[in-house]
Amino acid sequence: MKELKILAVVVVLTLITYWGVEPFAHSQMHPHVEEPEYSFKDVDGLNGLTGNAEAGAVLVQSNCTACHSIESQGFPKLMDDASSAAAYGVVPPDLGTAGKLYNADFLAAFIKDPATATKTSHKFVDGKIHPMPGYSWMQPQEIADMVAYLQSIAPEEMTNKEVFTNACQRCHSIKYGDMQNGTMTAFTPVENIKSYMGKIPPDLSQYIRSRGASYLHEFINDPQKHLEGTAMPRVGLTQDAEEQVVAYMKEVGDSKADERAALGPKFLIYLVIFAIFAWLWKVKQWRDMH
Amino acid sequence: MAKFEKANSVGEWLDQRLNLTALNKVMMTEYWIPKNINFLWAMGVLLATTFGILVISGLFLMMYYKPDVNLAFDSVNYTIMQEVAYGWLFRHMHGVAASVVFLIIYIHMFTGIYYGSYKQGREMIWISGMLLFMTFSAAGFSGYMLPWGQMSYWAAMVITNLFGGIPVIGDALVVWIRGDFNVADATLTRFFMLHVFLLPIVIMGLIGLHFYTLRIPHVNNQDSDEVDFDAEAEKYLSGNKKESQVIPFWPVFISKDLAVLGIFLIFYFYLVFFHYNFAMDPVNFDPADNMVTPAHIYPEWYFLWSYEVLRGFFFDVGPVKAFDIGLAAFGFANAIFLLLPFLDRDTQILPAHKRPKFFIWFWILMVDLIVLTVYGKLPPTGINAWVGFFAATAFIILFLILPIITKSDAKKRGA
Repeated sequence: MKELKILAVVVVLTLITYWGVEPFAHSQMHPHVEEPEYSFKDVDGLNGLTGNAEAGAVLVQSNCTACHSIESQGFPKLMDDASSAAAYGVVPPDLGTAGKLYNADFLAAFIKDPATATKTSHKFVDGKIHPMPGYSWMQPQEIADMVAYLQSIAPEEMTNKEVFTNACQRCHSIKYGDMQNGTMTAFTPVENIKSYMGKIPPDLSQYIRSRGASYLHEFINDPQKHLEGTAMPRVGLTQDAEEQVVAYMKEVGDSKADERAALGPKFLIYLVIFAIFAWLWKVKQWRDMH
Repeated sequence: MAKFEKANSVGEWLDQRLNLTALNKVMMTEYWIPKNINFLWAMGVLLATTFGILVISGLFLMMYYKPDVNLAFDSVNYTIMQEVAYGWLFRHMHGVAASVVFLIIYIHMFTGIYYGSYKQGREMIWISGMLLFMTFSAAGFSGYMLPWGQMSYWAAMVITNLFGGIPVIGDALVVWIRGDFNVADATLTRFFMLHVFLLPIVIMGLIGLHFYTLRIPHVNNQDSDEVDFDAEAEKYLSGNKKESQVIPFWPVFISKDLAVLGIFLIFYFYLVFFHYNFAMDPVNFDPADNMVTPAHIYPEWYFLWSYEVLRGFFFDVGPVKAFDIGLAAFGFANAIFLLLPFLDRDTQILPAHKRPKFFIWFWILMVDLIVLTVYGKLPPTGINAWVGFFAATAFIILFLILPIITKSDAKKRGA
């Protein structure tokens, strides 16, 4: 039938154009990178050592609590965020959740040499040093003990929002997370974070839409893959924690996704019914014409 | 004054004063359309519907949108998308319709070109249609600015900069258009006015004109047959519907339009709910930042072909700067379609498949436009730049040789 032939031509031309400006253009403009890797094989981590949490408790409490709070274990913050950001360049994280959020091998490697583990050594040259001193002078077993302690005090379950707050919010705001009250503003004040990172880290409210979930997974897992030389550290999140971060970004940036998915099929069913009746009417009207 | 009698019904009362029965005949039941048409003739009704969707969804969006550089981005992405009940639906309907309307315009336009519907007596249909296309383009561009995302800002920067290439008045013109030395709050506010008031009003006026231009020459048909509308209408009215070559707009023509519309709406709402991303550039979900240039700046898909003509000429020729050549080519590309009725020198109205050389010309044009569209989005480096150059040159040559080709077709037929 002639009309179907014409329709086929229109559809084919439309699809070729669509393919060219969407999938093809994207493949040209966004180079493919390797899949996220969550075992952090490249770092000098625990190397198979098993730690002793009790021994680790003593080590952590004597070495870390001068700067880091561990609120859940009775070590409160020593200063407010603004003061600690002024002192260290960035607000140091509370260590209560580190054992859950971060990969154990990564944590060990981070304690030994933060700049290398986070792939930010390019930032710390010309006398600049990472605000967290490295502990490579410790025995490997001691570091394993500290990691074991951090894991033993970490909560079993955390909400997506808690994961985001602990893992990202020291530097990043996500203002749509609590637009009215502004509690989702980055902990580190703007001037400090700007001088520490070189620029203000972006607000992440719409990143689920501007970057998309798969880019975010690749990026969070290893920021250097997509943005070579970026100041953002590789933070060493476990796969579960990273999924919770992206899930939170989706809750905040695309909060109506479920509503959309629920309403869509109903609209389409209605329109199919409309189209059927419209065709029947057309057939009736044109019956007399030929 | 006419003599009025007591009316027995509201309809009769109105009929006496507004002559609705006669109006209805002229506009609907005795507005004659050739029977020999295919679904491509339904694009007008599709466009009117899509424009209706744009206006209505736009009104809802306007209730919450803030034309202020500090508020615009959040008013769209937070207030409308997340706070307002079904705000996301109206935004997606508006955004997707803005894209789809151009797809249908292009189908409508190339249908006209293929069947020769712009020729001999139908020039005004074509010209008013092209004016509509231009106004839609301006509306699309001014609307794209409003969410004040990264691509909004930089697209506005690039496009307003183009006017700087106009001799003598260029620089002053850019400032006048922007209302500031830079793309800034004044630019956003005036583009808001253009998008929500002036351009829609002009579009509505032009739609009226476009409809009116159809009344006297009537629409063309699949075989470009010349139809004696009066004689055929008489046949139809006397009950000889099968033999008559014409059908009334209402209900016969519109029944087919609505059937096509049904299919179109399934496609459209599928996009709205499940595939809106194609009409929403991810870069535009980053707030505008005048300190950071995006890696690639490109317009929406429907402007890519003319954008590629603009940047296809990437090298200076003697003393003439590449930018100026590109700008002239861009101006050519945007004006030349308007002149199509006068470039086509064939003395007869015939569909392309009955004009061998024009047929080839038409399909080369289609391929060239698709190549321009695809390469208009890619970074203009290496081989891409050369593809763009040849495709842009081909586009210009196609229009320069059109009079020769059409004349030669006519000669061969012995006309």
